[in-house]
Amino acid sequence: MAELAAASRPRRRTAALLLAPRVMFGSVVLAALAACAVAAPWLAPHDPLAQDLLYYFLPPFWSEGADPLHPLGTDSLGRDILSRLIHGARAATIVAVVAASLACLLGTALGLAAGFLGGRVDMAISRLVDIWMAFPPVLLSVVLVAVIGTGLAAVVVAIVIVDWTRFCRVVRAEVMVQRAQDYVAAARTLGLSRFRILAGEILPNLVPLLIVLLTLEMGIAVVVEAILSFVGLSVSTDAPTWGGMIAEGRTNVNQAWWLMALPTACIVVTVIALNMLGDGLRRALDPVLRR
Amino acid sequence: MSPLRYLLTRLALAPPTLLGVAIIAFVVLRVVPGDPIAMMTPPGATEADVARLRALYGLDRDILTQFAIWIGAVPQGDFGTSISLRADVLGLVAHALPATIELCLMAILIAILAGGSLAVLGAWRRGAVEAAIDAAIAVVQAIPDFLWALILVLAAVLLAGTVDLPISMRVDPRLELDNATRFLLAEHLLRGRFDVVADLLAHIVLPAAALALPLTAVIARVLKASLVEAMAQDYVLMARVKGHSRAAIILGHALRNALVPTVTLTGVQFTFLVGGTVLVEKIFSYPGIGWLAIDAVINRDLPLIQGLVLTFAALFILVNLLVDLSYALLNPRLRHG
Repeated sequence: MAELAAASRPRRRTAALLLAPRVMFGSVVLAALAACAVAAPWLAPHDPLAQDLLYYFLPPFWSEGADPLHPLGTDSLGRDILSRLIHGARAATIVAVVAASLACLLGTALGLAAGFLGGRVDMAISRLVDIWMAFPPVLLSVVLVAVIGTGLAAVVVAIVIVDWTRFCRVVRAEVMVQRAQDYVAAARTLGLSRFRILAGEILPNLVPLLIVLLTLEMGIAVVVEAILSFVGLSVSTDAPTWGGMIAEGRTNVNQAWWLMALPTACIVVTVIALNMLGDGLRRALDPVLRR
Repeated sequence: MSPLRYLLTRLALAPPTLLGVAIIAFVVLRVVPGDPIAMMTPPGATEADVARLRALYGLDRDILTQFAIWIGAVPQGDFGTSISLRADVLGLVAHALPATIELCLMAILIAILAGGSLAVLGAWRRGAVEAAIDAAIAVVQAIPDFLWALILVLAAVLLAGTVDLPISMRVDPRLELDNATRFLLAEHLLRGRFDVVADLLAHIVLPAAALALPLTAVIARVLKASLVEAMAQDYVLMARVKGHSRAAIILGHALRNALVPTVTLTGVQFTFLVGGTVLVEKIFSYPGIGWLAIDAVINRDLPLIQGLVLTFAALFILVNLLVDLSYALLNPRLRHG
């Protein structure tokens, strides 16, 4: 009986984890976002780049004079807002997934090295992190994109170069905590190599922490992509991105406020969903908070 | 380690960190593919003209020589000449920096007042009020200052007619100013020109609020947690037995003891706030160093970017030092250590 209960506990814990309201809300919103990103060409009612100068600044459906063909209205060049938002989800998703994963890989590798090897390696990496963090992150990413050139790949590289420190600092601190635990001493007594201890014993204990950091970093990446398109440095201006739409909307905000409001709302909802997911996972995975 | 010794160590580490920032900024900027000279010359310029300009700005030398010339002049206050604005970099930064400092101080004032009141309210009225405050804090904290700035611009546009708040510039250009310093708000406050002060405040409140909101949430959350913890201590029970009111206990006893972690975290977050000025100033066309920075990058204005990056780094280091200092002063255990 006791064995049965013990065996079903992890599964029940997984179920409880997925049913936590924060995790539910976050996952549903993100699934919708991913679906938009994948199916953008089929979901979007119009070509996001098709201009129709006869019908510019059409209001969204809740206002007078709205056109049912353009449920969320049109921009200053008569392009369909809904189609542009759906295609903008693509850029946001690609950047969120790729940039956050790569930043996580680089930061974790350096953090593991610093925390586990200690000594001079730790000194060098910690000093580098200090210098890195003395740069204003936004300015650094803007400078980097100016250096690397525009395009989604450049945005991804800039985010990785700026944000690896977030992972590095936390992983380093956590490895130093784990290294002092009894199980590491036990593994050492068993004669495991340093690499086996690091990769096989310590790293699995960092996974919950990394999942949470990764979720939060995805939110940051979506915002940074928007910032860079807002400044005019991300993708070329015709490819629809939320940040680019916000920048166009800001110049026309007094004539057509919804041009800026709709993409802003998309980013806000995405960021809140990622935060809730991260927070929910942290509560579910952190044994201290769970108790 | 005594606090004084700790501070001196931190102070001694500042110049090497700044040098590191300078080296990285310099190297990164020298591999920029965009050519600042090509951007400033008209399309018909001859090869010889371009070469002469390149020599004038020293861009024809190798990177080590360029760095040596630049870093050698910095201690004398010479940060070079801006390529796009054709003016002294130090002068440009000195002209714009007071606007950014006033914006940051206003933001931190808003954050401390709003965050502090929310924390006290939450600790005082447990239950439904506290739950509402917690939910608000979670949402406010999740949204970064860039998005808050956009939301506040939208709010100002939608509320136009009821509440009229300007969404660009620092002061109405129609006002006649005869300021001696660039600290416009502080100067006009001291001189009693309250019409100008009112206009400056109307311009600063939205960008300052955008910067302040995430920090407000952090202060409210941390201070409330410390207050709740402090309220469970014996000295609070003692004060209650002596018949003090709940408000007097929170404000008179618990708050002082709950302040240390809040001050530390506020300091850490304050550096983020300073970095946030880059975008918030751009969104509100507020003429500070952040606003200068975006245009400097777009124009590949290497000397100006270098000067601004160093200014920001120096601000970050200064803020961190001040936080350490206030921490040492607030915590009696450290003060007598």
